[in-house]
Amino acid sequence: MELILTYLPFYPLISFLILISFGKRLSWQLASFFSVGAMALSAISSGVLVYHLTHIDASVITVHLWEWFNLSTGDSASEILSGVNSTVNISFYLDALSAVMISVVSGIGFLIHLFAAVYMKEDENFSRFMAYMNLFIVAMLILVLADNLVLLYLGWEGVGLCSFLLIGFWYQDKANVKAARKAFIVTRIGDTAMAIGLFMLFKTLGQLNIADLTQTAQQTWEVGNESAYWIALLLLGGAVGKSAQLPLQTWLPDAMAGPTPVSALIHAATMVTAGVYLIARMHGIFLLAPEVMQYVAWLGASTLLLAAFAALAQTDIKRVLAYSTMSQIGYMMLALGAGAWSTGVFHLMTHAFFKALLFLTAGAVILALHHQQDLFKMGGLLKKLPVESALFIIGLICLVALPGTSGFFSKEAIIGSLWSSSTAGPALWWCAILGALLTSIYSCRLFFLAFLGESRFQTSLHVEDSKLLRLSLIILAILSLFGGLISIDFDTVFPVSLSAHQDPSWLHTVAILTPFVGIAFSWFYFSSYRKNQGDNITASSSSLVIFCRNGLGFDWLYQWCLIKPYCALARLNRRDMFDQLIMFNAWYVKMLHETLSASQTGNLRWYAAAIGLGLVGLFTVIMVGVGSI
Amino acid sequence: MTAIPLAHVLMLASILFAIGFMGVIVRKNTLFMLMSLEVMLNAVGVAFIGAGSYWQQADGQVMFILILTLAAAEVAVGLALLIRLQHKYQSLDIDKLNSMQG
Repeated sequence: MELILTYLPFYPLISFLILISFGKRLSWQLASFFSVGAMALSAISSGVLVYHLTHIDASVITVHLWEWFNLSTGDSASEILSGVNSTVNISFYLDALSAVMISVVSGIGFLIHLFAAVYMKEDENFSRFMAYMNLFIVAMLILVLADNLVLLYLGWEGVGLCSFLLIGFWYQDKANVKAARKAFIVTRIGDTAMAIGLFMLFKTLGQLNIADLTQTAQQTWEVGNESAYWIALLLLGGAVGKSAQLPLQTWLPDAMAGPTPVSALIHAATMVTAGVYLIARMHGIFLLAPEVMQYVAWLGASTLLLAAFAALAQTDIKRVLAYSTMSQIGYMMLALGAGAWSTGVFHLMTHAFFKALLFLTAGAVILALHHQQDLFKMGGLLKKLPVESALFIIGLICLVALPGTSGFFSKEAIIGSLWSSSTAGPALWWCAILGALLTSIYSCRLFFLAFLGESRFQTSLHVEDSKLLRLSLIILAILSLFGGLISIDFDTVFPVSLSAHQDPSWLHTVAILTPFVGIAFSWFYFSSYRKNQGDNITASSSSLVIFCRNGLGFDWLYQWCLIKPYCALARLNRRDMFDQLIMFNAWYVKMLHETLSASQTGNLRWYAAAIGLGLVGLFTVIMVGVGSI
Repeated sequence: MTAIPLAHVLMLASILFAIGFMGVIVRKNTLFMLMSLEVMLNAVGVAFIGAGSYWQQADGQVMFILILTLAAAEVAVGLALLIRLQHKYQSLDIDKLNSMQG
């Protein structure tokens, strides 16, 4: 079993190395064979591992590969006394939480790879694309399997790097490059916070192994300890950056610039779930800082609502999905903040299923419409693309959380855990309900615009009748529908909450009814979209709608509060002050040089005079010197 | 006959030297510059003679003869150069002969 776990991240890594070294010399068949095959091996291995984990007594499998480096606090005597083990190892740690994560990452990742192999077939840099995708999976697997925070950070940064490479994959277009840079820089802000958190952890506890660290922290710190508060806050900063939560959410909608499989990979399986994973993994620290857990909940709730409002006004099909991802991650954060760790992770899993399905189906639709992403130029797709439409409907009903789907199980569990949680409460419960209502409204709007009514495009459909493409979509659809039945036993990972539920009985009824209210509302409110007869409808151009469409003005705010002042400062100090100090030396030497070279005239009489004057000067000096003795 | 004081001899030598030097600097014509050089050499010669007579030693006169020989050789070379210059540039203006720019 250890062997399987050891090899798990190495299949995609080897495939990455092959693809990146041979590049364009590989044919499409070979390149997709390597990349998809490696992902298949990973997916099978994680399947075996999960099976093994649920059927043996041991709840944890660990593998020690090798020692990476040794961290020393400089005071070896006290280290020996306290028994602190400060070596940083490359070792993997598999428990129920990371088992869920590896199966999501490699399983969904495999399906996305399968889809991408078909979707990107025509691209001339196909093997580079697949190489980056593989590297993405490697980084994510390292992140979730790491047994210490340094290795986790390696994976964390690797994910950031790969997202940069993939969002800017079509780098010939400047907008894509800008989006890639934005994603990289914005997440970097969070990463910096996280790195500082790691330093503080090492300084206060002297170790970075996650299991040891949690144990030590809980033994030495009281609840409400100040270092725990700051460390949890800094870790939250990292999670906020990666998971696109409130102050750092602006990169996610722009990340749609990448090819569609990348969006699916970033949104469903890998990148944005990293923050959720981090908080779930470090729950021991967060439990010691209840204030930070409240912040997590409030951040999640506000992101959830903000993103839902923004999703209501988007015109680009992928951007609707991007904002919906943001709002679903908000749900996960809300669950984590309320202390419902396992429901948060459960929602992560089900969300991965249906969001991958939604993105890939959207990709198939976009491909069929010759890369048309504008919702107002779609319409009537239900009749023209019946299979894709059916799959999309499945994805949407999971997103809306209609009873019976996977989204229902996880979202209801989250909403149910909020009311009586000590760090959440009824206010957040109402936020979550409002979010669910908005989710159903924007999902209906998306569906009506794209699939109902008459078609608003003239071009004939480009039908990619690939079995592989369909296959991956259908597997995802099955997972989305029935994924809620998978029960995961998190008792060994998370503390079991013992709160006796005294929720009012109407809570569940309201939570279940909310999506239906939203659907009924949009059925009437968006009836013009639904009954559209092929005439051109356009997006509303009222200022409120535009405000929502631009992500509630956050880009604008950052543009004016941060980017503009910074650029102005940079322009002001273009001739850098400290450079000037150094440049003074150069200027001084150059001035001397110019003076001396001006004296080299080639004029003999001038030389003679200079020699004479020099002699006079010399004699004067000597005379004065002699005279003074 | 009273001996001329050394100070006077040296003063004369310095004045002559200075005049010669000024001539070298001020004159543009290379021929006059050569002549000024001769004046400078002779000023040095006067100083040597004066010093030799002051210390009653022959070295001063030996040096003067050396300078005289040197001056003769220098004038020979200098005049030859002047003729070449005149041939080549049709001018003896030293300021025009600065094509090497130092």
